[in-house]
Amino acid sequence: MTLDELQKIAETERETEKKYQHRVHVCIAAGCLSSGADQVRDALKKEVAESGMGNEVLVKGVGCMGLCSAGPLVSIESDGKMYANVAPEEAPEVIRNLDTGSEALKRCPTDIPFFSRQKKIVLENSGKIDPERIEDYIAHGGYLALVTAITEMTPQEVIQQIVRSGLRGRGGAGYPTGLKWTTVFKTGEQEKYVICNADEGDPGAFMDRAVLESDPHRVLEGMAIAAYAVGAQKGYIYVRAEYPLAVKHLRTAIHQAERLGLLGNKISGTRFSFHVDIRLGAGAFVCGEETALIASIEGKRGTPRPRPPYPAAEGLWGCPTLINNVETFANVAPIIRNGPEWFSFIGTEKSKGTKVFALAGRVANTGLIEVPMGITLREIINEIGGGIPDGKKYKAVQTGGPSGGCIPEEHLDSPVDYESLARIGSIMGSGGMIVMDETSCMVDVAKYFMEFCMSESCGKCVPCRAGTQQMHQVLEKITSGEATAGDLALLEELCDLVRSTAMCGLGQSAPNPVLTTLRYFREEYRSHIEGQGCSAGVCQGACKGGKEEVSA
Amino acid sequence: MLLIIGCEYLEFEMQSILSMLTYSGQPQLPSDDKRWKIVEATARRHGREPRALIETLHTVQECFGYLDEAALRFVALTLRVPLSRVYGAATFYHFFTLKPKGKHTCVVCTGTACYIKGAPALLAALERAHGVKPGETTPDNDLSVLTARCLGSCGLAPAVVLDNAVLGKIGPDEMLARIQKGIRQ
Repeated sequence: MTLDELQKIAETERETEKKYQHRVHVCIAAGCLSSGADQVRDALKKEVAESGMGNEVLVKGVGCMGLCSAGPLVSIESDGKMYANVAPEEAPEVIRNLDTGSEALKRCPTDIPFFSRQKKIVLENSGKIDPERIEDYIAHGGYLALVTAITEMTPQEVIQQIVRSGLRGRGGAGYPTGLKWTTVFKTGEQEKYVICNADEGDPGAFMDRAVLESDPHRVLEGMAIAAYAVGAQKGYIYVRAEYPLAVKHLRTAIHQAERLGLLGNKISGTRFSFHVDIRLGAGAFVCGEETALIASIEGKRGTPRPRPPYPAAEGLWGCPTLINNVETFANVAPIIRNGPEWFSFIGTEKSKGTKVFALAGRVANTGLIEVPMGITLREIINEIGGGIPDGKKYKAVQTGGPSGGCIPEEHLDSPVDYESLARIGSIMGSGGMIVMDETSCMVDVAKYFMEFCMSESCGKCVPCRAGTQQMHQVLEKITSGEATAGDLALLEELCDLVRSTAMCGLGQSAPNPVLTTLRYFREEYRSHIEGQGCSAGVCQGACKGGKEEVSA
Repeated sequence: MLLIIGCEYLEFEMQSILSMLTYSGQPQLPSDDKRWKIVEATARRHGREPRALIETLHTVQECFGYLDEAALRFVALTLRVPLSRVYGAATFYHFFTLKPKGKHTCVVCTGTACYIKGAPALLAALERAHGVKPGETTPDNDLSVLTARCLGSCGLAPAVVLDNAVLGKIGPDEMLARIQKGIRQ
């Protein structure tokens, strides 16, 4: 596949699309699919066929449009109208009113901040292309970066572009991507591997799934560019078995790319070969940790091992291995295509580009968003998210899942970047963002995350295996109103111990939800212990215990 | 004396293993169920290497719905992996189950968004109405209740998967009604 051939495919695809007077897009990503979007798409297709408009109207199933809470979403591309909560029975109404727009259907305004405040790089094709057709991806500039990189650039030049862009790992820790690539490149000529970490285990996070479901080729292209840059011939995508649709789209995408010679042997007639295989995860949160993930690909129990040696030096089957997250790989092709300066212009001084978040919880607009780094939490929650519904009062926003923390009102104006979030005790994490109002008890939330870490601990090191259980026990005591002030001191001591002595990231960060809630919501802990009960009314035991103590 | 018993036991184990192997050195399929051939094909595709362990267990679970002892032994022999390692992997990963599921399954998502929007109430309702906790099946084998770490349908919280259909923004009463309807059909 040469650049000319690629452009020819793009041209043909664009011509075909132009022939249609109207293009109707139906979101068939997991969120809308669970509200019956596939039936809506089929009904629309049937309606178009029956009314004999097959040559004028194109009905296309596309990836995630973002506003999951309003699904199934249907968008009329020709004039930018969008309908929310569409039912299959409403298909005739949609098709009949393509020119003027229907008044009977529920409109989804597209000029609201939810859409206008976003900046899309990773999700630029989501909701626009058919994820199961490679031609559609190519028509939107796909694989241009890969073919350019391998035919016109040296591996060093590719790495330089990534270094200069300032891209940092989107899996949570924010390690500079260019630096990681350089390390693997410098290991010299030997067998190397590229792994895409798609084991999105954080509860409340679905960014990677949306990217894989909506635009799988973008991830493959990023992986292939990375493989060329570091000198690898084989890649694995480690994806959760709980995401069947993402797996299906990935399999299709790999097959299509191989057929067009964009993956496989001697890509674009160069000496560069790259093969990608899928490995299914099996529901272990700890496998998101890179050494555990490698053990799992090798067919073993997913237990981590101490680092160093880092996977960049000794990874899969003892070979140098590059591991990046889905979103990191998804950023690679646009950087090569538009240049590193374009990318580093977006974001803050130390955190470049955009970040995809899964916005959920007690907020009006739930769904998938992509925002430039440096935007404040308040803007995300109040403007994009549309604020807290039902007249309730904001209490906290949780970022980073079980490794992150709860951020109170007073810090809502801090910008979203790696350093600022770390300063206020939380982490960027992979991108889960759960908003909580006054009906959530912060002690209960801390207990929830501790229960998660306790049952997901692999059991290899003692601090994590025993420590998470001990902390959970203390939290259980507090929520049932049986704790004393001594327990609170014990909890803090345990947090410090587990954080400093656990072997891998899971254990080291497990105390974070407790530490941040202790820091910002200490009053709630105190009222559980001192008998005033649970102000949110969640912990029944604490309320009961409290009353008894008062009467005594 | 102990040595003799030990030797006898070893011989017995050896014989039972040998009896499962065919003349080509490959283990016999546990039964003439065609699904074993699919399992065998997965192992073959990965060169019958130990590294194929998780992929092969995935195939068994996909074909049979759960992993029983015969399956674990067969996988161990096929991939030449100690049975202890097969059992270790099968119990380490939450996705694998060693028990068959009931006729209907109800998976309650306990991800953060679902948790703060009422997943605990859904689980409590299931326990009250059907007497089963997560991971259990009713004695009449009608219903298995499971939990998921996160379905990724956070926009629809709280979410439940009833026999592969995702039900979003659902309350305890509606969920129980849907389950009753499913069982009666």
